[in-house]
Amino acid sequence: MIDYSQILNKNITEVKPSGIRKFFDIAAEMKNVISLSVGEPDFSTPWHVREEGIKSLQDGKTWYSPNRGFTELRTEICKYFKRKFNVNYDQASEVLVTVGGSEAIDLCIRTIISSGDEVLIPQPSFVCYEPMTIMANGKPVIIETKIENSFRLTAEELESHITDKTKLLILPFPNNPTGAVMRKEHLEEIAEIVKKHNIIVLSDEIYSELTYGGEQHISIASIDGMRERTIVVNGFSKSYAMTGWRLGYALGPKPLIDAMTKLHQFAIMSAPTTAQYAAIEALKNGDSDIDKMREQYDIRRRFIVDNFRSMGLDCFEPEGAFYIFPCIKSTGLTSDEFCTQLIKTHQVAVVPGSAFGDCGEGFIRVSYSYSLKHITEALRRIKLFVDELKK
Amino acid sequence: MDRLLQLLSENSEFTNSQLAAMLGITEEEVVNQIEKYRSDGIILGNRALINWDKVPNSGITAIIELKVTPKPDTGFDEIAQKVMMFDEVESVYLMAADAYDLLVMVKGESMHDVAMFVSKRLSTLESVISTATHFLLQRYKDGGVAFDKEDVDRRSLIL
Repeated sequence: MIDYSQILNKNITEVKPSGIRKFFDIAAEMKNVISLSVGEPDFSTPWHVREEGIKSLQDGKTWYSPNRGFTELRTEICKYFKRKFNVNYDQASEVLVTVGGSEAIDLCIRTIISSGDEVLIPQPSFVCYEPMTIMANGKPVIIETKIENSFRLTAEELESHITDKTKLLILPFPNNPTGAVMRKEHLEEIAEIVKKHNIIVLSDEIYSELTYGGEQHISIASIDGMRERTIVVNGFSKSYAMTGWRLGYALGPKPLIDAMTKLHQFAIMSAPTTAQYAAIEALKNGDSDIDKMREQYDIRRRFIVDNFRSMGLDCFEPEGAFYIFPCIKSTGLTSDEFCTQLIKTHQVAVVPGSAFGDCGEGFIRVSYSYSLKHITEALRRIKLFVDELKK
Repeated sequence: MDRLLQLLSENSEFTNSQLAAMLGITEEEVVNQIEKYRSDGIILGNRALINWDKVPNSGITAIIELKVTPKPDTGFDEIAQKVMMFDEVESVYLMAADAYDLLVMVKGESMHDVAMFVSKRLSTLESVISTATHFLLQRYKDGGVAFDKEDVDRRSLIL
C-alpha cells in the first residue's frame, strides 16, 4: 500500500478545500434548490463575439497562438486599457494573455514570491490568493477589512501588517464577495505606503467593468509612480460574460511580464486560440454589451439590497461586482448555520461569508447574477426563513 | 432607453415598490411617472403574453404584403386607416421596402378564412395594387420573448 500522504507536497496538504464547495455539494443533492450562489454572469457571451469564435473554427484556425497571445489581441487589450483606465502598456513586452485571470494571479505570485516572502491578502476576498501563496512557499498575511470602512483596505491597516519580509500586496477590488470598491483617494493613500516600503502590487481588477453609481473603476496602475510596481490582472469572464472561454491577461513592467511569460510558456504554452479570436471582437465592438449588462446588474443590485434591508438584515451597499454581503449576526446564527438551515428548510443556496476568510463570519455572500424573476422567488423564500428565525 | 419602461415592458406585474427599489427612486415617483406615460399615450395597457401555438383551435396568422397607391394629400395614412378597421387585422406597418408598402398581420380561423378575407376585403380596397400572402407556421420568438425555451441554469457550481 502506498501511503499517499507521504507522497503529496506538504503545501497542498496544508491548503484547505474551498468553503464554497461544501454548499454546492449539499445543493447538488437536494431538489428544487434555487441558487443565489454562483460567481459568473447569467448572460451568455454576446452573439457577435461567439460568432467570431465560431468563424475562427470554420476557418480552421485551430493551432497554438504565440506564447504571449496573438499580437492583435494584445494590441486591442492595450487600446482598451488606455481607453478605459488611462494607462499605456506596450503590446510587445508588457502584456501576457493567460488562461483566465486566475492563471495570471498564480503566475504573478509564483514568479515574485520566494520561500518565506510575505504576501498581504485583504479579506474577505476571492478564495485563491491564500492557497496560491502557500503553494509558492510564501507566507500569507491576512488583513481583515472592516464594514465600518466599507470593506476598503485602509493605509493604517496596510502599514501595520508590513514587515521586512513583505514583498507583495494583493489588491482585490472591486471585491468579491463584499462588492467594495477603492476610489481614487483611497488608492492614493495605499500607493504612498506601498512606495515607501517598496512593495509590489498584484491588482486583481477582474470586476473593473462592474461598478455602479456613475463613478468608474480606477486602476492603481494609473496612480503616480505605481505603474512600475503593479501587475494588473484582468480578463474577459465577468465583463463580457466569457467565463467558459477561459481568457484573462496580465499587464505590467517588462521584467515582470517576461518572467511570468517564462513560467506560462513552460506550464501552459498559450491561452486558447478560439477564445482569443472571440476576445478580439469583444474588445473592438463590445463596449455597449458591457453597458447593457451593467445596467441590468445595477437594477438587480438595488432590488436585492432593498429586500434584504426590509427583512431587517444589515446590508452594506455594494458599489461593484455582482454580490451583496449582508450581515446575519442579528439572527444569532453563524454564517455556516444560516446557510445550511436556509438550504435545508427553504432550498435557497447562498455562500457563508466565512468561505472568504475568517473575518467573513457573520456575513453571507448573495449573488445577483440571476434574472429578476429568479431573484424575486429566492428573496420570497429567504424572507420566510428570516421571519421564522425571528419567532 | 427609459429604464422604467424597459422594466415594465419585460414584466408589467412588478409592484410600484419593487420598481422603486430597482430604480433607486421613490414609490411616488414611480406612480407619477407611470401616470404620465398613460396620459401621454405611451403606456397603452397591460396584457398577458400568450403562446397561441399551444392553444388548440386558436386559428392561423398570415402576413400580407400590400402594395398600394398613396394619396396626394394623405399619403399612406388613409389606406392604412381603412385596413386597420377590420377586426381580422392585428397589426399594420408602413414599410420601407421594394416590393410593397404596408405589412399587415391578419388572424383567421383557417387558411380558407384568411384567403377569403384577403381576396374579398383587402384586394378590393381602392388604391390596393397587389397583395402577397404568407402564412405563419411557428413562433420561435415574439415581442422579445423566446418561446418554448427551457429556463434552466446550466452554470456549474465551482469554487
